[in-house]
Amino acid sequence: MADALHTSEARIVAASRVQDMVFAVLGITVLLMAMAVLATLVADLMSDGLARIDQQFLTSFPSRRPESAGILSAWVGTTLIMLVTAFLAIPLGVGAGIYLEEYAPKHWMTDVIEINVSNLAGVPSIIYGLLALGFFVYGLGMGQTILVGGMVLALLILPIVIVATREAVRSVPSGLRESAYGVGCNRWQVVWRYVLPAARPGILTGAIVGLSRAIGETAPIITIGALTFIAFLPPSPIQATAPFVNFDWLNSPFTVMPIQMFNWISRPQAGFHVNAAATGLLLLLMTLVMNGFAIFLRYHLRRSLRS
Amino acid sequence: MKKIILCGAAALALTACGKTADKSGGEVKAPAGGAVVQIDGSSTVFPISEALGEEFQKSSGTRVTVGLSGTGGGFKKFCRGETDISGASRPIKKEEIELCAQSGVEYIELPVALDALAVIVNPTNSFVDCLTVDELKALWAPESQGKVKTWKQVRGNFPAEPVRLFGAGTDSGTFDYFTKAINGEEGASRGDYTATEDDNVTITGVSGDKDALGYLGLAYVTENAGKVKAIPIRQKDGKCIVPSVGTARDASYQPLSRPLFYYVNKKHADERPHLREFIKFAFSPAESEKLVGEVGYVPLPAQAYSLALAKFDARRTGTYFGGGSKIGVTVEELLSDAGEGAAAAPSQK
Repeated sequence: MADALHTSEARIVAASRVQDMVFAVLGITVLLMAMAVLATLVADLMSDGLARIDQQFLTSFPSRRPESAGILSAWVGTTLIMLVTAFLAIPLGVGAGIYLEEYAPKHWMTDVIEINVSNLAGVPSIIYGLLALGFFVYGLGMGQTILVGGMVLALLILPIVIVATREAVRSVPSGLRESAYGVGCNRWQVVWRYVLPAARPGILTGAIVGLSRAIGETAPIITIGALTFIAFLPPSPIQATAPFVNFDWLNSPFTVMPIQMFNWISRPQAGFHVNAAATGLLLLLMTLVMNGFAIFLRYHLRRSLRS
Repeated sequence: MKKIILCGAAALALTACGKTADKSGGEVKAPAGGAVVQIDGSSTVFPISEALGEEFQKSSGTRVTVGLSGTGGGFKKFCRGETDISGASRPIKKEEIELCAQSGVEYIELPVALDALAVIVNPTNSFVDCLTVDELKALWAPESQGKVKTWKQVRGNFPAEPVRLFGAGTDSGTFDYFTKAINGEEGASRGDYTATEDDNVTITGVSGDKDALGYLGLAYVTENAGKVKAIPIRQKDGKCIVPSVGTARDASYQPLSRPLFYYVNKKHADERPHLREFIKFAFSPAESEKLVGEVGYVPLPAQAYSLALAKFDARRTGTYFGGGSKIGVTVEELLSDAGEGAAAAPSQK
């Protein structure tokens, strides 16, 4: 009797182990396949474009000759656009997320807003481009400038930032809030001093996912009328005379890396295809640096939270 | 309190990081501001504008920007008066003429270069020596959809191998011109072929399939000499002519050579000296011949440059074409007074 029980237990355990094994193998296979596809893509880009990346490529303007062409105007454009996008989308998105989670009364209006925010995250980017063309460029007469480019990408990633902020805020233990209220903090103090710091890592992840999406977008930027050939840079934001900063660059025409890549890949000369691969690699690198910075920041914030 | 400071420091670090990034970009060349020549329009004309812009900016210091909105998108901006020049791979259409008229934008139509469309096959294909327009029509006509499937149906002595077709996507000027020249009607084409806006896809497709046939711009054939083979087209006089810079320039390759256009905003030309300088530069034979050839297009015939400049200086507005493509128009014809007089009426109501 005891023996029979023992063997049947052993059989169940063995069967579970087999199931575990099968699932682990399956999981690893899927992971390997995904990684293999990515690795092949990156390796292909590298074999085509890595040798092309040098100082000349980074400091030259586009040119009709593939070997003397560069992406100076494109990477400066991408950097400035990302700055505008980050400065608009992150404060707005985090603010909206905190409001919805901590302040907003729970009734049908909030539900409508919630559903809409989630839906907006799935709207194709070209729609945002058309909106920006109709509203910012023509409606408000803002023209095809860095500011408008940053604004359209900020709109595009706003839902991502909002949803991530809400998730992060929601995951803060309610005990933390209650103890803060218990010692007499008002709502603002609770949010600013306790909830927000605890939610920061999650918010940061959301912001970075959003910005990584924005950096590779072509369609909305082309729709608002970004240029392709531009052989000068926006005015410098820092100047020698008072007041030392100027914002003229916001009104400057621009191009970005994905547009430059898109243009080069469809050209007949093989030299341009190499340039496109090199641009792709650099775009990957920029995304990686951005992600690395966020991971670094998150790590330090976690540590400061514990101490 | 400490946490607030930390958070502030992080935000500051973010700001500082951004600042250094765009500062290093901004300091390479401090822009002086001032005059800009704004070009937009067709992606086919883009390499020409890029080459002209690059050299003009170098020699004169005037800035040039070139967009890539496509012929149609380019005209939308041009007719709002946003751009100085619109590049076009086809003549301006009726709707666009009306759009420009509504906002009072007058334009000068100038051919800026020629392009030849080449019909290509795989280099291992040995039986196709020369094709007539009718044979191409048999392949590409809308009625042939699902019916003409083998080479034998094109000409009796071709093998009964299936023919696979590659061509331009319906949004492109190449598609409009090819269908007009071969099928007689703009936009009329069979739909069961591999359509793409990127001619490199056609190259890849035809070079990988021994029975394939495709059409695209001449520059792609020149750059992929070993991978595909351009087929000569039989002319009205019975000669088989291979597409090349020479045969397109002397107009012996018909009907698949076409002019590419610059539409110049007349008001801007009157008001902006740097735009006049740019046009003078773009239509100076020495510069234009060199630059247009370098990017893979066919320079205008030698005598066309002075005709184009004369037309620009006289500010003769309107279009020669009256809202549609015409096949076999020579550059001289479309720059001549006679053609202009006949066609200016519909565009300038």
